[in-house]
Amino acid sequence: MLSQESRNQIDRETAKYPAEQKQSAVMAALAIMQAERGWLSTETIGDVAAYLGMAPVAVYEVASFYNMYDLAPVGKYKITVCTNLPCALSGGVHAADYLKQKLGVDFNETTTDGKFTLKEGECMGACGDAPVMLVNNVRMCSFMQPGQIDRLLGECT
Amino acid sequence: MGALGFILNAAEGERSWRLAEYVKRGGYGALKKIIHEKIPVDQIVGELKKSSLRGRGGAGFPTGLKWSFMPRQFPGAKYVVCNSDEGEPGTFKDRDILRWNPHMVIEGMIIAGYAMGCQRGYNYIHGEIWDIYKRFEEALEEARAANLLGNNILGSDFSFELQAHHGYGAYICGEETALLESIEGKKGQPRFKPPFPASFGLYGKPTTINNTETFASVPYIINEGGDKFLELGKPNNGGTKLFSVSGHVNRPGNFEVPMGTPFKDLLEMAGGMRGGRKLKAVIPGGSSAPVLPADIMMGCTLDFDSIAKAGSMLGSGAVIVMDETTCMVRALERLSYFYFEESCGQCTPCREGTGWLYRVVHRIEHGEGRPEDLDLLNSVTDNIMGRTICALGDAASMPVKSFIKHFGAEFEYHIQNKKCLVPEDVQRAGSGFFKAA
Repeated sequence: MLSQESRNQIDRETAKYPAEQKQSAVMAALAIMQAERGWLSTETIGDVAAYLGMAPVAVYEVASFYNMYDLAPVGKYKITVCTNLPCALSGGVHAADYLKQKLGVDFNETTTDGKFTLKEGECMGACGDAPVMLVNNVRMCSFMQPGQIDRLLGECT
Repeated sequence: MGALGFILNAAEGERSWRLAEYVKRGGYGALKKIIHEKIPVDQIVGELKKSSLRGRGGAGFPTGLKWSFMPRQFPGAKYVVCNSDEGEPGTFKDRDILRWNPHMVIEGMIIAGYAMGCQRGYNYIHGEIWDIYKRFEEALEEARAANLLGNNILGSDFSFELQAHHGYGAYICGEETALLESIEGKKGQPRFKPPFPASFGLYGKPTTINNTETFASVPYIINEGGDKFLELGKPNNGGTKLFSVSGHVNRPGNFEVPMGTPFKDLLEMAGGMRGGRKLKAVIPGGSSAPVLPADIMMGCTLDFDSIAKAGSMLGSGAVIVMDETTCMVRALERLSYFYFEESCGQCTPCREGTGWLYRVVHRIEHGEGRPEDLDLLNSVTDNIMGRTICALGDAASMPVKSFIKHFGAEFEYHIQNKKCLVPEDVQRAGSGFFKAA
């Protein structure tokens, strides 16, 4: 069951599209539910499908295609580091190494206290700000040298 | 940033993106002119054609021509779509346009809607830039409140709705038909063309898709005329253009310069080479464009024709600068991984081929390369290129072909010596990332 709050949010998204094209709001609906529940379980995917009148497998197809959806639980803070070439030339890979060492995890792993998950990201369209990181899909952090990384981790409480 | 151009130059400072500030800069003047003077649609498209504005998303297709493909008399729904799904490694201009001048894009899209008889538009915004998406939504609210969007815009009989659609992390959605599939609530797999979007686009209706920077160029062309825009650049390459400079430079960022500006001037604007080191290679148009060695690149001007003549592509204007600390094998390995990861899997040559490319470059980089590997890589690219629905397969192949063509000796060194020509600590120093004490 979706909460009233998430229904309201999804309804605002559905209103952007022609009345007979509710399915267009599926990406936004999944993002809203992921923000609310932390990740997208089969049950959540089913809830979204029921609400938008879609087949669950059609919703799953979308959820599994786009990189920013999490189909397994992640830590309270999911940090995605871009290591693509333009970022790597300005320390993206080294920034990721620094994070791995600090957190004691590799990519796609979560710290034992459940606080941090580290992900390797593809181009975020911010190559001039390298090293670049994205926290929980919404907060982009630029020019992440060691000092800035330490500060970011400190802010994540 | 961008003192020479009209997209970013006037638009710095936190509040510059607001409607009131945009109007103070003359914003929405082009739309008002069109509506109040009842400028005929043919004249709008004519000015675009005169301007030689070529699509800023990478393909460089003439915008006026694209708009003229729309069946104006088509009775049902028609759509205008803006492609702000900027995910081509090296490209980060649309983020700055939307951050500092969202209303210029909105105005360009409204004019497009007017010129092509469309009732609705969508701006598809890259997933990772949430704050930019939220800002664009706020800008849309401002425009609606001022009757610049909605019913009977500025008292005319023209109505147009515009919405933002937020992507969620798929490079392939930058391909226009994949983007349409994505708006339709599906996975973003490109469609076979023809039919082209102008006849079968969003929800099967006639649709025109342009890049963010393309739309942002439209108000200027209406205000100042196509000829003046063309004069900003050079023949067949009208206007100024945003170049995103990344990599081994002192001041990475966006620079708005006239088409035809010498590359060496752009490099200077970006503060020159980091640490005063020597330029080794440049990818001039985003990661899919063939790499060019320093000596060729230093002789190029930045426009579609000059870069094409040198054997590469201007693409999206994403200039990735690499200095002598760069290991070209490692650089290619990372790019090949990207295309492997982002292939949508629809066409076998791309789905399987990108995996082959990545695995072979990976084994060369990790000291397990075989003497026949370079021929193997070339043969795989030959079996991908031209055999897929969309351009991702070609995009994955062009870096491989060009890296081997221009830096083949470095690949051979890796295969023979099982290590890199550039020592690890030199590469680390090049990245400028300092370990905290």
